[in-house]
Amino acid sequence: MATVTTTTRRREGILRRPTATTGFTSWFTTIDHKKIGILYGATAFVFFLVGGLEALLIRVQLAEPNGTLLNPAQYNQIFTMHGITMIFLFVMPMAAAFFNYFIPLMIGARDVAFPRLNAYSYWVFLLGGLFLYSSFFLGGAPNCGWFCYAPNSTTDPSIGPSFYAIGLIITGIASTAGAVNLAVTVINLRAPGMSLFRLPVFVWMGLVVQLLLAFSLPIITVALFQLLFDREFGTHFYDPTAGGDPVLWQQLFWLFGHPEVYVLILPAFGIFSEVLPVFSRKPLFGYQFVVFSGIAIGFIGFGVWAHHMFAVGLGPVANTAFGITTAIIAIPTGVKIFNWMGTMHRGDIRFTTAMLFTIGGIAMFVIGGLSGVTHAIVPSDYQQTDTYYIVAHFHYVIFGGGVFAFFSALFYWWPKVFGRTLSERLGIAEFVLMLIGFNLTFGPMHILGLEGMIRRTYTYPDSLGLTMWNQVATVGAFLIALSILVFIVNLVVTYVKPRPSAAEVADPWDARTLEWLTTSPPPVYNFEEIPTVHALDEFWHRKYVEDERTGRLVPAQAGAAEAHDDGHAGGHAIHMPSPSFWPLVAALGMPLIGYGVLFSWWLVGLGVIVALTGFYGWALEPSVAED
Amino acid sequence: MADVAVAHGQGEHPETTTGLPHTKLAMWLFLASECLLFGALISTYVLYRGRSVEGPFPHDVFDIPYTSVSAFVLLASSLTMVLALSAAQEGDKGRTRLWLLATAVLGMVFVGGQVYEFTVFYNEGLKLSTNLFGTTFYVLTGFHGVHVTVGILMLLSLVGLSYAERLPADPSFPIEMVGLYWHFVDIVWIVIFTVVYLVPTPNPGAPGA
Repeated sequence: MATVTTTTRRREGILRRPTATTGFTSWFTTIDHKKIGILYGATAFVFFLVGGLEALLIRVQLAEPNGTLLNPAQYNQIFTMHGITMIFLFVMPMAAAFFNYFIPLMIGARDVAFPRLNAYSYWVFLLGGLFLYSSFFLGGAPNCGWFCYAPNSTTDPSIGPSFYAIGLIITGIASTAGAVNLAVTVINLRAPGMSLFRLPVFVWMGLVVQLLLAFSLPIITVALFQLLFDREFGTHFYDPTAGGDPVLWQQLFWLFGHPEVYVLILPAFGIFSEVLPVFSRKPLFGYQFVVFSGIAIGFIGFGVWAHHMFAVGLGPVANTAFGITTAIIAIPTGVKIFNWMGTMHRGDIRFTTAMLFTIGGIAMFVIGGLSGVTHAIVPSDYQQTDTYYIVAHFHYVIFGGGVFAFFSALFYWWPKVFGRTLSERLGIAEFVLMLIGFNLTFGPMHILGLEGMIRRTYTYPDSLGLTMWNQVATVGAFLIALSILVFIVNLVVTYVKPRPSAAEVADPWDARTLEWLTTSPPPVYNFEEIPTVHALDEFWHRKYVEDERTGRLVPAQAGAAEAHDDGHAGGHAIHMPSPSFWPLVAALGMPLIGYGVLFSWWLVGLGVIVALTGFYGWALEPSVAED
Repeated sequence: MADVAVAHGQGEHPETTTGLPHTKLAMWLFLASECLLFGALISTYVLYRGRSVEGPFPHDVFDIPYTSVSAFVLLASSLTMVLALSAAQEGDKGRTRLWLLATAVLGMVFVGGQVYEFTVFYNEGLKLSTNLFGTTFYVLTGFHGVHVTVGILMLLSLVGLSYAERLPADPSFPIEMVGLYWHFVDIVWIVIFTVVYLVPTPNPGAPGA
């Protein structure tokens, strides 16, 4: 029988090689992509709750004219941290959670290409997030918006923008390492027969996202270093009095920032493209169109950044050019929407929670996409820029598209990950509450924006007539909070119930892709035998064959699918990489260096030593512990 | 089908879809990402060329023959890097160590030269915060210097591991990977040296643009 060799004892330098693959401490040393995926997901969800509380503070402050809950300085910190949290500490890591867990399973691999680098990415991300939040106790959180425009950020006397710069450099390192790792995994670890055009769309979108990250993060890293140097070491990158140009910050920021927008939304497109075919019992309509649209979005995404800067005064030529490219990027996005509609058309649709969140997510995303096209038009954008209209737009895209997609994915994949199925009844209640709450919150912001309510304002006078819609938005925000509470209740209820049998969760949705070929939850080595892939939607084709006479789908002969796998189960020892402390040690150096730059150079030295110790320990330790 | 499943044991590379080792693909991807990093830094320098409102200006401080020599030293280290890889592929442990060490020493000469150059410029009144030229010059060349330093650390680690007999029996693969990084850092210096030192700064001292 297949045996798993993960536990052997060997003395390695100063730390004993960790061996446990279960229990509390194993979470600190794990390099299993599935456990790391769960860590990413759990951490991202906690940050989602924190960011959500910040959103509620904002809505309570704005519920009445001349609100007094927060003073202007506190308000600046709260809305900045809300943005940074939701983008860098929730949506990106939540997408990383799903990519981490499911890319290896969907391509028929045992793990990612670099399991320890994967652990390193997670720990650096977590420590970067904690570093950012520690700023609340160390002199004040970032207060400059998630885009932290110079020269406001370079001249701000508080410590916040420095925390912003270092925190984002740290999380950027995590994302870059993760991006390289996952991209190599998709390119290089596919099961036999898994050609590029047999990859599930979710994996394709994962690949595009990792490449976007790999090529956009270095740009923001440079900009963040320049910002940090301006603040800490007296350089003049964004100092107009010395000949510097604050607009350069905007160029570099949005050169990263717009690809980043697609980093946030393409995972959602991948999830929609997995969930729709399963619950419509039809193959994805126009698979290749969906894939190529995703790739096109990735490419064009690098050529639209200046539409964030129409009002800066780049001149009519630049504004026109970027207006046109922005309108063009709507085309591949539109193609996808029609493909999804085509997938549902005449399908055998089951309205499960996962399906409802997907349909709702697509609908909300379309609204956000349409309002997006209105500010591709330059004169129209002049009216909308820096108003609540923009706030409405990007929440429809990122919350409506992204968060709905994540909940869809959670309900769809929960049985796979945890071997339990979430309550559908509570799921549907959550969906209805969230859909209503979401539209009550962000729908009125279109009106508020067009009426002239400016973004980032900490309060407004009653005489502007903005009160009523602000109150509606606040009610909506609490409905969203209620829907999240329903989800948490769902988690508790699911865990109180007795564990379902393995057969019940093996393939609860009649799914199509490889991750459902193995048990739920999967064993540490994922597949006993690496499957050989013959078709797109391989798992589906193993379950069903087309009856040649009638053209209808009939279940494949019993045991046909298993016959592929069980023939050769004997005789192999599956060597999985062993757990390791070193990624965590190496990651611990990062925040130390960060604090050191702000407070004491001794800490920088300590951080460098800790990081180097981690890297050398990592490099010298064999990936699989020796017997 | 059984053969493709779990054929790898200790020491071998697991089979990959493209036939390339994971590490090589990852290194290329990382270097592609680094191109954008240096791209942004060099773009910043180019955008701000000639926009310092006060001196010292580039032509006040640059000693082009001096920097040409140190640039030559760095480029020569690419040759010794190739020789190290070649020796490793032939299984000649002694010459592998020699050429790796030579590469590291040439790299240290370059970084030492950069430190000396910075000191001279500093004494001539060009600090990081003096003007836009100082800002962009030190940050761009400093980022490159840090990259060279990391490369030196990796080279010295290879030498140390070789003496400790901790490298695999055929050490050419890790040497090739460090070599990829090293050549990349050299190539970037060709661009930086050309843009920063060789291309004359237009109209030095003209305020604004």
